[in-house]
Amino acid sequence: MSLIFAIFLPIIVAFVIPFLFKKVSNIHTGWFVLLVPLGLVAFYGTYIPDIMAGNTYMEEFAWIPSLDISLVSYLDGLSLLFSLLITGIGMLVVLYSIFYLDKEKEKLGNFYVYLLLFMSAMLGVVQSDHLISLYFFWELTSISSFLLIGYWYTKDRSRFGALKSMMITVFGGLMMLGGFVILGIMGDTFSIRELIDQASTLVNHDLFVWALVLVLIGAFTKSAQFPFYIWLPDAMEAPTPVSAYLHSATMVKAGLYLVARFTPIFALSEVWVWLVTGVGLLTLFWGSIFAVKQTDLKAILAFSTVSQLGLIMSLLGIGSISYHVTGDLVTTFTFASFAAIFHLMNHATFKGSLFMIAGIVDHETGTRDIRKLGGLMSLMPISFTIAMIGSFSMAGIPLFNGFLSKEMFLDATLSLQQFNVHSLDSWWILFPVIAWIASVFTFVYSLYFVFHTFRGKYKPELLPKKAHEAPLGMLVSPAILAILVIVIFFVPNFFGNTFIKPAVAAIQPLAYQVPADVGFKIKAWHGFESTALYMTLGIFLIGFLLYKTIAKWVPLYENMPAKISLNRFYDGLMNLSDKGANRLSSSYMTGSIRSYLIYMFAALIILLAFTMWVKDAFVMDLTNLAPIQFFEVLISVVLIISTITILVTKSRLTAIIALGAVGYTVALFYIIFKAPDLALTQLVIETVSVALFLGAFYHLPKLNKYEKGKEDRRFRLNNFLIALGVGVMVTLIAIASHSQKLVVSISEYYKETVYSEAGGGNIVNVILVDYRGFDTLFEISVLTIASLGIIGMITVRLAKKKGDRKVENK
Amino acid sequence: MKTNDLIIQTTTKLVFFIIFLFSIHIFFAGHYTPGGGFVGGLVMSSGIVLLMLAFDLKTVQDMLPINYTLITAIGLLIALFTAAGSIFFNVPFFTHVYDYFNLPLLGETSIHTAMFFDTGVYLVVVGVTMNIIQMIGGDE
Repeated sequence: MSLIFAIFLPIIVAFVIPFLFKKVSNIHTGWFVLLVPLGLVAFYGTYIPDIMAGNTYMEEFAWIPSLDISLVSYLDGLSLLFSLLITGIGMLVVLYSIFYLDKEKEKLGNFYVYLLLFMSAMLGVVQSDHLISLYFFWELTSISSFLLIGYWYTKDRSRFGALKSMMITVFGGLMMLGGFVILGIMGDTFSIRELIDQASTLVNHDLFVWALVLVLIGAFTKSAQFPFYIWLPDAMEAPTPVSAYLHSATMVKAGLYLVARFTPIFALSEVWVWLVTGVGLLTLFWGSIFAVKQTDLKAILAFSTVSQLGLIMSLLGIGSISYHVTGDLVTTFTFASFAAIFHLMNHATFKGSLFMIAGIVDHETGTRDIRKLGGLMSLMPISFTIAMIGSFSMAGIPLFNGFLSKEMFLDATLSLQQFNVHSLDSWWILFPVIAWIASVFTFVYSLYFVFHTFRGKYKPELLPKKAHEAPLGMLVSPAILAILVIVIFFVPNFFGNTFIKPAVAAIQPLAYQVPADVGFKIKAWHGFESTALYMTLGIFLIGFLLYKTIAKWVPLYENMPAKISLNRFYDGLMNLSDKGANRLSSSYMTGSIRSYLIYMFAALIILLAFTMWVKDAFVMDLTNLAPIQFFEVLISVVLIISTITILVTKSRLTAIIALGAVGYTVALFYIIFKAPDLALTQLVIETVSVALFLGAFYHLPKLNKYEKGKEDRRFRLNNFLIALGVGVMVTLIAIASHSQKLVVSISEYYKETVYSEAGGGNIVNVILVDYRGFDTLFEISVLTIASLGIIGMITVRLAKKKGDRKVENK
Repeated sequence: MKTNDLIIQTTTKLVFFIIFLFSIHIFFAGHYTPGGGFVGGLVMSSGIVLLMLAFDLKTVQDMLPINYTLITAIGLLIALFTAAGSIFFNVPFFTHVYDYFNLPLLGETSIHTAMFFDTGVYLVVVGVTMNIIQMIGGDE
């Protein structure tokens, strides 16, 4: 199985899922879907030993060779870790969803198609080495996330959340595309590896900072960093398996992946270091403080995810300082990259299990409102145990993996002290302080989440359902993750050597040649001289006190001014663009076909006259004309008389027939000038359109909507001017094109090749189907769209009429 | 309004088939002599329009229970796949090929992929015009 095929495998399987869902109704569709991530985990698993040894794999498929765009699957430590996360968590989530989503009530066909689409897109993001294909997969994850959030599309909140996430992430994606294009211009290549090789020269380029900022906006929107995080809480309207998968374990980490992947290119700039570290810490702080305020279980987890993503982001930022220091200090800062990847993995385990537990609580009690919940411990003991393991890990309590990475994080913020190039003298202390405060709040909401749900008083009267333990199958996935949480604590270095070191080697290629060079060991105990130890103890103490008094200080949040919130800003912006677009288009879309014809003809006159005038093309040469025959004069007279009839008649019927006469006389001209194809077409078109006119006769408005008077005169004058202008322009062009032959006529070419190359005898038809077949293809597409539009309009009108009558009957 | 359209109805019954055959004829002849899918489709439509004038919309719909939207879609797909088919042979989009075959009854005949494309055009034209006329004519 090739690497590129592996990326597309989920999409390929997605094609048969709807059929399986329809035809095999007694087996839950999820069981078939489960095979895909299962196979992929095994497939990527076989690469682990080689990647550990420092090898990388690459496979290329030329997608659009003429533009130098190709799909390149590049597997190194970083992309392998992400690929395993995507497929591994994906497997657990699919298993969980089999029990979460009812096979009778839910549209499983849709659900699994979107989920598999996402899986392919995400694998593509983390394995692409080509910037354009990376962007392509990146937007595909936004689209599949949109579809999954809006899965219960009948709910208003789902649609709102889906649109919001799409607006913000696609905005970021477009910014990122801009950054990619700049990178491509600077480095003259779209390959990430080649750009990394040029990093030292790129940094001096004028556009470098622009590329950096634009790419970071993409990463920040996707990874829900401040101020773009507002889409993530609203994305919680998605089914819980989706929240656990996309919005905590994988998709929101795409931004982190991007930052990690581009570190070797951008880290040479200090803007990068401070932007990534600063925004990350701010997000960590902001998210943790607001998580405490939430009352919805999934909202707590959403804000907690925002905050944890900020934590990892800031670690990646600190890690990139290693590019600015020399000697022993390098390892001080590469340690932060190591901690970042470690926490990223840990977060996927504990947050994944917590989301699944939130889903179980929702499923078994019918509510996620933490004010209604309580006392579930004795009713749902297994869920409680898993939730406790997850929350304690998130809070950073020993015996769980979160403790290890949280201490490493505190250590990393403290190490900033040693980076004193930029007169950081005393205010470096701000970073550990913010980190510490955020960790205190993390501790508080972790306890709040688990104890307010499972301890306290059981309030059955508030619950829509009678609470009971979840079925075994639903508990399997969170239990596996919870076991991992504990296992990682006891054998951290096994995971460190297998997954994290190869990934760190990919982020820090200057410091490490092969994964084995990364010399860190994860330890739970650092001795009494470790500052992080005392910080952790402080967190436990203050956090516990704050948790105990939570009821007293949570009301303080009510004092936050609601008017300046980011959500308000987003709503205002959406409203403004909606109204603005509406006002703009209704200013010229009057609904009257006469106005549209005026736009078209006026544009025709102005554009043609302008071009002819600029090119000085008004030439009149009356030599070399053919003699005029008697019957040509006769037909012209008929033509003119019928045209005048249209103008002066008061009856529409007469006008229609006169128009038909004009058409038929023109067809006669075609016959005289030996254009049988045109004549044939014109004759039939006239017949059909006269019939159509007669059919539509009943619906047409009055010929002239104005009574006699000033308005009527202006209306007629307008029409006269437009008609005159078009007539004069067309005549002038006809004369000018006869008078000067600037280019050789293409007809000679047609005459020569029509039989020998195109295998036909009728040039007109060969032009239609062969020489200019593309035109015809688009024309028939437009015709189809137009006919569908007419069907839509008339059906809607009929439905409206029926509706009106119903109202009248009442 | 009820009128006795005996003459036009009787004539139409006969003429319709002539128009129908003629439309097929100019469709096939199109590659060498005047005609083609576009005109052929229009002629076909005008035949059906004649039927509608002679009888009425309802009767014609019962006579020819055709879903014109479906016809349009099939035509567009045929055209699109003919055009796209070439990419599977590693030649640019829309490359036509033709060859001569010895068919029974017809003798040596040239078969051209452009003809399949033209079939698509024919069906789209019939589908679109009939759809519009039926829609507008049927709307009261």
